[in-house]
Amino acid sequence: MAIEKIFKDDASEEKGERARMASFVGAIAITDLVKTTLGPKGMDKILQSTGRGHGVTVTNDGATILKSLHIDNPAAKVLIDISKVQDDEVGDGTTSVVVLAGELLREAEKLVATKIHPMTIISGYRMAAECARNALLQRVVDNKENAEKFMSDLMKIAMTTLSSKILSQDKVHFAQLAVDAVMRLKGSTNLEAIQIIKKPGGSLRDSFLDEGFILDKKIGLGQPKRIENAKILVANTAMDTDKVKIYGARVRVDSMSKVAEIEGAEKEKMREKVQKIIAHGINCFVNRQLIYNFPEELFADAGILAIEHADFDGIERLALVTGGEIASTFDNPESVKLGHCKLIEEIMIGEDKLIHFSGVEMGQACTIVLRGSSHHVLDEAERSLHDALCVLSQTVNDTRVLLGGGWPEMVMAKEVDELARKTPGKKSHAIEAFSRALVAIPTIIADNAGLDSADLVTQLRAAHHKEGCNAGIDVISGSVGDMAELGISESFKVKQAVLLSATEAAEMILRVDEIITCAPRKREDRM
Amino acid sequence: MALAFDEYGRPFIILKEQDQKTRLRGIEAQKANISAGKAVARILRTSLGPKGMDKILQSPDGDVTITNDGATILEQMDVDNQIAKLMVELSRSQDYEIGDGTTGVVVMAGALLEQAERLLERGIHPIRIAEGYELASRIAVEHLEHISQKFDFGTEDIEPLVQTCMTTLSSKIVNRCKRHLAEISVKAVLSVADLERKDVNLDMIKVEGKVGGKLEDTELIYGITVDKDMSHPQMPKQIEDAKIAILTCPFEPPKPKTKHKVDIDTVEKFQTLRLQEQKYFDDMVQKCKDVGATLVICQWGFDDEANHLLMHRNLPAVRWVGGVELELIAIATGGRIVPRFQELTPEKLGRAGLVRERSFGTTKDKMLYIEHCANSRAVTIFIRGGNKMMIEETKRSIHDALCVARNLIRNNSIVYGGGSTEISCSIAVEAASDKYPGVEQYAIRAFADALDSIPMALAENSGLQPIETLSAVKSQQIKENNPHYGIDCNDVGTNDMRQQDVFETLIGKQQQILLATQVVKMILKIDDVISPSHY
Repeated sequence: MAIEKIFKDDASEEKGERARMASFVGAIAITDLVKTTLGPKGMDKILQSTGRGHGVTVTNDGATILKSLHIDNPAAKVLIDISKVQDDEVGDGTTSVVVLAGELLREAEKLVATKIHPMTIISGYRMAAECARNALLQRVVDNKENAEKFMSDLMKIAMTTLSSKILSQDKVHFAQLAVDAVMRLKGSTNLEAIQIIKKPGGSLRDSFLDEGFILDKKIGLGQPKRIENAKILVANTAMDTDKVKIYGARVRVDSMSKVAEIEGAEKEKMREKVQKIIAHGINCFVNRQLIYNFPEELFADAGILAIEHADFDGIERLALVTGGEIASTFDNPESVKLGHCKLIEEIMIGEDKLIHFSGVEMGQACTIVLRGSSHHVLDEAERSLHDALCVLSQTVNDTRVLLGGGWPEMVMAKEVDELARKTPGKKSHAIEAFSRALVAIPTIIADNAGLDSADLVTQLRAAHHKEGCNAGIDVISGSVGDMAELGISESFKVKQAVLLSATEAAEMILRVDEIITCAPRKREDRM
Repeated sequence: MALAFDEYGRPFIILKEQDQKTRLRGIEAQKANISAGKAVARILRTSLGPKGMDKILQSPDGDVTITNDGATILEQMDVDNQIAKLMVELSRSQDYEIGDGTTGVVVMAGALLEQAERLLERGIHPIRIAEGYELASRIAVEHLEHISQKFDFGTEDIEPLVQTCMTTLSSKIVNRCKRHLAEISVKAVLSVADLERKDVNLDMIKVEGKVGGKLEDTELIYGITVDKDMSHPQMPKQIEDAKIAILTCPFEPPKPKTKHKVDIDTVEKFQTLRLQEQKYFDDMVQKCKDVGATLVICQWGFDDEANHLLMHRNLPAVRWVGGVELELIAIATGGRIVPRFQELTPEKLGRAGLVRERSFGTTKDKMLYIEHCANSRAVTIFIRGGNKMMIEETKRSIHDALCVARNLIRNNSIVYGGGSTEISCSIAVEAASDKYPGVEQYAIRAFADALDSIPMALAENSGLQPIETLSAVKSQQIKENNPHYGIDCNDVGTNDMRQQDVFETLIGKQQQILLATQVVKMILKIDDVISPSHY
């Protein structure tokens, strides 16, 4: 009797070598896909969505690319997931983490082919990862005490991050923007407070940081266009028809005159509400919800600037910058905290009118206005700037800094090589392989820049043989250079996260010896 | 065509035999069943032990799970065969009862089936085999009791517990920091354990995970975490000595459930209702304030106006908290869940030393920590890890470790792991078999052979020569009369599991043998498989 089929009809099972091969192939394919975007001379990708309109995105952000892929291979899904997590956790290094994991698997594939058990490879990788992390820890620079130096560190990190993006032409300008914005947060990682407004038109260089706050709204008709020493009430309340919500009550009348009476009462209620709001002594009222024409008219009569339909984030940010609280009831004006700012005015950026709040009390939030020739450029600029902001805000919390340009990889590779020499047994091969995978990153950076990677990386390795060397790849001049002099830095936290999650993911995929795929859920035909 | 006759002698058909309907009978059915059972066991065999491999499972929706937990693999495998489903049930019941050893039990059952097949070929009746297995399992379980050891631990001396949990964790992907996780699990179990009644309510331990960070950042929180944030962005993010009102009624205007109609037909009614509404909100907040609450946790949503009133009166609040979490909070803080504002009294408030909001990473991810609770019996294990699959797998591993710790508190007998107990049982069963006259003797001997297959699988997965290693260890056990010799999976250099500190729980092992025997008996007794036609 032949072995019965134990799975459902469309389910499939792959075992042993085949399973391993399937996961290696999947992981390496993903790696090769994003590999070319790595480094300052990495190339971009065009992503076209299958949805309506076939929207196009041009990017070289690893996480964005991977997120939009529809992948069926389970190992590839693991890699996509680590990239996403890297994005959420530290914001940058999303490509590096996938490339490193992929390289680790590529090396592991070779080892498996020479009959080394995956478990041995894993334990070797673990030792190597630990050793590499310690090597980094020894070499970190921490300028927490020295504020001036720290600022320059931040600046360098921002420039390094931005140099691989579309903003690299104006990286000094944008690095300054990002550093200024992050420093205003005063250590909080709440990037929500930094608002990025994209307005097509002009060039990237015209982008600027505004210490005030810009709200993408129009000022109501007949209301003042400019207010000095504004007192702002930020509210979240219904200003359309203020219904009676209690007991599910509803209006039911039997004659026209009564309708008119009730309408009158409603109007009266609204008038009272507006009166109460005015009684706060304000001259600017910002509401999250709609404001109907009637109350708007009342506000205009009182000379109050009323802004309707500011979205939720806008409200929160506005409350944050002006120091007011978000109010929903208006019965005791004396205890509601009002927001203040020096000047509210309508400004024009490009063709659009925006409301600009300047001279705000709490300088925590700020707005970055991005200008650029097209939506695609702006989207990519926003992603790049977001990466830089994330890295900076994380660096403010964890102030340890490393050099960049392939320097950390070479330092780690050197230490790991040392370890391999000291370790007896088959693990040693795995540790060596780990070091090879690390070296692959500078190699790819050089390759992407069109340089002779074999020559450069060997030069780099020789340079690193000396203690306390700062050598890395200088992509611009195409030679080995001193990273400290060139001012190329990276955040320790990013590098550590790259190292650890890449190893973790590689380990996870290596441990697999069987893939069971369930039958895909049947779509019901909607005919 | 199965025909029968009723009392009047009229024939009727019991079972329609159609072309599509498959039916297997007699020895054919048994063989088919055994081969299906074996196929399932073979899938899990490579996952056994500290060097066992993982499986990737892709669900019908394309989600990926990576695990080596037997119960999880089988659950997600989407099997169609009836016998395979029995094996899935087997592993699940081990999971419910013991929580650990879900892979071992299936491998064991597979081995028993394999041995049974050989006996069937010799013409031994399946029932006799089943009875022989039953006898043998009894011998094995008794022998286990015999070689088990009691060991003492207290709330201070947790080392033995940690060691046992480490044995469990060492076969999982998390074995990189098994020490750390084992300690967390043991501490968690001990803090909720009722040592006098020897009982542990695992519901009191909440296992939460969030991607990001690294595995070493996993921590034990003496309190509760809730995946929510304060309802108003400007409420305080940290409250000390919080008095918590736990509500299941919404801060919203009431909507009576009975059928009603409030019609507004005059201006006066409109006015009164309006005033009532305002007062209602005010009363709600005032009520909470009056009893002295400094934090409101609510199962439902808030109206905008109520939200602002709360903020205004300096009363932080959390909304949309799930029912289970609400109960846990109530247990932890010693508060009562209050369904109406009218019933709010100071005694019903829960207490916590510290409530704080924490944000993670670069996204707007926030969690609320409720710590230093009045009743510190509820704890949370908060897992961090590189990716989603890792977190899920860690959750499963922690669950296993928690179950092991719980079993030890219930019954502090342990046996040694690494296949040593199976070898020892196999020797004992083998020796006992000769005493039985009759055909059962063969079945008992087969049982002993089946027991050997677990250490064999362990050795195989660890890259050792299975037959050589097993025979060496077996002869060593008999020669020195020491049941502590097992397979040296981690290449430490000694076979003595006592020196390697590899423990397993006695009840876990006993359950494995009993459950595996039961299922195999059930499978052996089947001689007719009727499956419906596909339509």
